Amino acid sequence: MSKNAPQSPPASGAFESHKKLERNVTLLAAATLAVVAIGGIVEIAPLFYIDNTIEKVSGMRPYTPLEQAGRDIYIREGCYVCHSQMIRPFRDEVERYGHYSLAAESMYDHPFQWGSKRTGPDLARVGGKYSDAWHVDHLKAPRALVPQSIMPSYSFLSDTELKVADPSASLTALRRVGVPYTDADIAKAATDLKAQADPEADAGDLGTRYPKAQIRDFDGDPKKVTEMDALVAYLQMLGTLVDVNSAAAQEELTKDAKGGGGK
Amino acid sequence: MTKKRIDEPTGTETVGHEWDGIEELNTPLPRWWLYTFYATILFAAVYVVLYPAWPMIDRATGGTLGWSSRGDLAREMRAADAARAGVRAQIAATPIEALPANPQLMQAAVAGGAAAFKVNCAACHGAGAAGSPGYPNLNDDDWLWGGTLTDIETTLTHGIRWDANPETRVNFMPAFKDMLKPAEADAVAAHVLSLSGKATDNATGAQLFADNCAACHGPSGGGMPAMGVPALNDAIWLFGGTKADVTKQILAPRHGVMPAWKGRLDPVTIKMLAAYVHSRGGGQDPAPAAPAPEVAKGAAPAAKAKTDG
Repeated sequence: MSKNAPQSPPASGAFESHKKLERNVTLLAAATLAVVAIGGIVEIAPLFYIDNTIEKVSGMRPYTPLEQAGRDIYIREGCYVCHSQMIRPFRDEVERYGHYSLAAESMYDHPFQWGSKRTGPDLARVGGKYSDAWHVDHLKAPRALVPQSIMPSYSFLSDTELKVADPSASLTALRRVGVPYTDADIAKAATDLKAQADPEADAGDLGTRYPKAQIRDFDGDPKKVTEMDALVAYLQMLGTLVDVNSAAAQEELTKDAKGGGGK
Repeated sequence: MTKKRIDEPTGTETVGHEWDGIEELNTPLPRWWLYTFYATILFAAVYVVLYPAWPMIDRATGGTLGWSSRGDLAREMRAADAARAGVRAQIAATPIEALPANPQLMQAAVAGGAAAFKVNCAACHGAGAAGSPGYPNLNDDDWLWGGTLTDIETTLTHGIRWDANPETRVNFMPAFKDMLKPAEADAVAAHVLSLSGKATDNATGAQLFADNCAACHGPSGGGMPAMGVPALNDAIWLFGGTKADVTKQILAPRHGVMPAWKGRLDPVTIKMLAAYVHSRGGGQDPAPAAPAPEVAKGAAPAAKAKTDG
């Protein structure tokens, strides 16, 4: 190449100047990054500011320590491999699972549980659909209740005492990534964790700090707080925070639909 | 690096590069490929105009078609609702106890209920509504909270022991584990089983039953559907019918919970579900109003119940 270079006549067009890029690997890398970044910025940056993706809905609150512990068990056991938590805006999904999921309903999820690949049903609005006893029975022996189910048994959850190494620390970690836990939430995390699943314990202001928190014994064994308590507490709150059918929400959404806000 | 020339064997122009005698042919792109490429660019230009595309300040450009996935869904739901509107309006306007008088409407309600049952109820009560231990069978004529259309509708709407609903059906049987000695519990269990002829009776059990249980369950164990008290004389058991099961239930009763469907399902769907459950075979006719011309199904003392334990 160099042998021929000196013979090059003056650049004969706009495209000739790219030879400079082609011959300078650093410049080429920088220019490649710049070009690819344009695509990234146009596709990703708007998600941080357009209304459709940052819509606010009332009712959302961070998970209680017990729900968060249940969520961690959900992730540990790989429930997400078969179950999604995202109802898409299609008639078949809406008629089966309820109102389609709103972006804001996953705002405190780290990591989120979206997905469209399902082996089991979507769980975005499973909270309150079944009784606690059903969840316990079903997690222990899925086929006793749903004969065609291929879900594995998770009976060990009700024998395993719930151990969260440091509930305050896990809430602190979540606060650092943007979940608005208050200082009181973090200070009381360990007590909240036990109190939500123990009808005998004094839950204090748990219900005020976490509106709509369900406080009761979830696994049918009031004597101890098990992983089953945590997981059922988590399942029973899924989709219960936002009243999607309330008039205000409905109005907001219709406006959105009419406005044709891009997705 | 610039001597473009026609390569003789191929008749194609070279790009003009030459390294150590090696040259590159400037073979033109196949026409079909090139025009397809131009077509995709044109497609993109049209798409940007018709559909949401460019991100603006608070939303993307709407596109001249005004399409959105939510709008699409709303349109589809409106069409589906419109198709069902007639029947649903009729069902909504008909008090549930009057449904059977209109067989065509009842049939529509049962069909709608069957579909809703699969989605919402089958997980507990089973796809065929036959239930399983702890989850009542809805096909028999044994009802915990009454088996008329109105009773079933109330149970569906407000649930059973569902704390979030203030009108939910609630009852609790006391645990007798601190009140009865093991031998006494055993005797009561034997008496309870004797009510349906599954065991031989005994005087101790009968006396204990009369003192502790008859107030709710009735002297002969007929139950009390108005209070959700199960009949004990029909050999239908929610939590198992062995002596061990019955003893366990006496000492530390389990209480079933059914969600309230109000709020999750609309009133018409609940009505259709009630019609479906009623039609499964065990539905009862309202006792006082219509003097049941046909077979009085759960007529006798065994008007027991089923909806949930």
